[in-house]
Amino acid sequence: MDFGPYLMLAMLEGAVLAAVLALMASGLSLVFGVMRVVNVAHGEFYMLGAVMAWVVTQFLAGLGGGAAVNFIAAAVLAPLIVGAIAAAADVTILKRLDYDPERVIVATIGLLYVIQQATLMGYGPDAKPVVAPFNQRLALPWFEFGEDGFQMYYPWGLSTTSYKLFVIVAAVVLLFALRLFMTRSRAGLIMRATQLDRDMATAFGIPVEKVYALVFGAGAALAALAGVLIVPIQQAHYLMGGDALLLSFIVVIIGGLGSLAGTVVAAVIIGMSDGIISVFFTPTLAKIIATLAVALVLVFRPQGLFGVKTR
Amino acid sequence: MTETPSKTKTGLISPTRRGALKTLAAGTAAAATMPLWARYTSAQSAAPIKIGFGKHATGIGAAYGRWYERTSVAALAKINAEGGINGRPVELVTEDDGTDPRRAAEVLEKFANQSDCDVAFGTLFSHVVVGAAPRAGELKLPYFVVSEGHHVASGMLNRWTLQPGITDVKSQISAMAPFLTGTLGKKVTMIYPDYAFGYDHRDNLAPAIEAAGGEVVAKIAIPPTETSFTKYFPQIPRDTDVIYHVMIGPAVLTFVKEMGEFFGPSRPEIFGFIDSLEATDLTSPGLEFLEGTYFWEGNPRYLQADAPDYVKAYRDAVGLDENGASVSDPSDVSTSAHMFGCWETLHIIKAGMEAAGYQSTADRQKLVEAVEAMSMMEAGPAHPQGTKMFNGKTHQVFGPQYISKVEGGKLSVVKTVPYEETIYPDEVDYTSMSF
Repeated sequence: MDFGPYLMLAMLEGAVLAAVLALMASGLSLVFGVMRVVNVAHGEFYMLGAVMAWVVTQFLAGLGGGAAVNFIAAAVLAPLIVGAIAAAADVTILKRLDYDPERVIVATIGLLYVIQQATLMGYGPDAKPVVAPFNQRLALPWFEFGEDGFQMYYPWGLSTTSYKLFVIVAAVVLLFALRLFMTRSRAGLIMRATQLDRDMATAFGIPVEKVYALVFGAGAALAALAGVLIVPIQQAHYLMGGDALLLSFIVVIIGGLGSLAGTVVAAVIIGMSDGIISVFFTPTLAKIIATLAVALVLVFRPQGLFGVKTR
Repeated sequence: MTETPSKTKTGLISPTRRGALKTLAAGTAAAATMPLWARYTSAQSAAPIKIGFGKHATGIGAAYGRWYERTSVAALAKINAEGGINGRPVELVTEDDGTDPRRAAEVLEKFANQSDCDVAFGTLFSHVVVGAAPRAGELKLPYFVVSEGHHVASGMLNRWTLQPGITDVKSQISAMAPFLTGTLGKKVTMIYPDYAFGYDHRDNLAPAIEAAGGEVVAKIAIPPTETSFTKYFPQIPRDTDVIYHVMIGPAVLTFVKEMGEFFGPSRPEIFGFIDSLEATDLTSPGLEFLEGTYFWEGNPRYLQADAPDYVKAYRDAVGLDENGASVSDPSDVSTSAHMFGCWETLHIIKAGMEAAGYQSTADRQKLVEAVEAMSMMEAGPAHPQGTKMFNGKTHQVFGPQYISKVEGGKLSVVKTVPYEETIYPDEVDYTSMSF
């Protein structure tokens, strides 16, 4: 394959990864930002989103729904279900630990295994596909200045699908909506108030525990939404949360824990570099470089690219 | 058996008080346990023979594990209905090995030391077999694998590990290569999983293709846990005539779908090992792309028009419909190309135990020697996949191979390669190794 089309394909693949990663990592970042706890079970909420998407589409297909309708239903229902599960976990587990950071890490590791093994028992060990609402192959043209001057042609293999483009657009829209929600809505204001000073917020009558449950649920719902978006491309499998969790931690650490903008920028950097390095070299090298980047960030800029230094 | 030891030469019996008391005490103790005796009076003939089955119940081999178990249960039901082994019933002791080599070795240990299994059996994935087999050798536990990897015949394992029920990758490839270069094209690009099973393909395909007058132009290794594949496809050279793929694991549907999206309407010829799509419905969304491509099959998934009665009997016993899916759930597609190996291996264990006069775990070595002495296995109810030849020296069986084409979303056999054309020179002689 020629270099130009090759690079373009790599970037398209990277952009899809970046989009999904940005959504998922912003959930992790939101939870850390407001609650100051690290949710190790985040990858499992992503997996649960994908599995729920399969369950919902399977159920509706049994009722005779079309692929598009089923998928829209899954995109609405799966994050709600997963968010409710997460909020319940917050009320029953995290609240009782007083959101103590160390104990929350251990508790969410436990949660990770509970969710993963429960999925294995209920959903089974197979990877199961969800039909994309639409999925046309789009051959992409490439330009060349040859002997005959400027010309356009369709290189072998340079293509994407309409669904992959949709994932990128959907992620951008959702992240923009999240940003508006946090900065413009009253609920966002309350979340930010809780983030800045928990005690003061309580004094002003903000039901902090309710806010925490909602934030934890919302973070999980974002991960689930990322899972729903990826499942027509990758299939739902009970172990899919592991890699996703690692990548979102990488993104959140590089971007700065708790910073939404940083998370998005880091997701684009990691996603694109993963796509490009994977295509030109090997996917293993891409993971090595990403993890190395985390180590370097932790050494030279522990607060992350966009993080604010704590006093 | 030798004669009972001769009596003492002294002849006269001179009981002492202490001796008499000892005998009395022993007698009392024995009497106290008498109710338990009944269980053992016929232990030599009636206690069930236990076959420890390492099942890929979880992990990437789960679909195989499910069907390996169904096939094994069906085979044992048949064997028990026909009188068991040496008149004794046979039972399966199933343990999940998690498709994980470390756990598989622990499972073998459990079979030998906790559940008192007579032999160990099962397990497909080559890294699991390679990881577990040394433990079988240490435990001196006959280990019958249904793995199709070349590691048995290559001499990598030990005298206690045998593969009499399924053919190995090297013979499969040498059977496929003439068809690839003769019918599909000379320039081959291979895509394979980046671990032992894939390496068997990588190392054996190029020589086989070159011997058949072709050339492998690129080898693309993909990690077994990979979930997206488009990024690998640009490595496929433009002049490729045939793509040879052997991907396995949960993501194969994605693999095929993305390959279809990559090539679009202008694809080269494609030849795959059905391993890629075992347990996967060929009418799944995204697989339309496979129409007109070719597959190796260890045993045809779809009921062929000319199938003999013993094949139909085997399929009915396992519970397969004519599409190779479960009769109770048409979406539960079988791992037809591999699971027949469980059926055949269990019949070989039966034949071996009967030939060895197997009575207890003390006869394990005799069992291995009896199986090593086997050679021809005629097609029939015990060997539904076809006539095979077992090589006792390499512990590996050779059998027929099937090449099928996807037509109308189903696989139809277009060529059958007999076992004679799949044999290669021995690489090891396990019979010269000590037990």
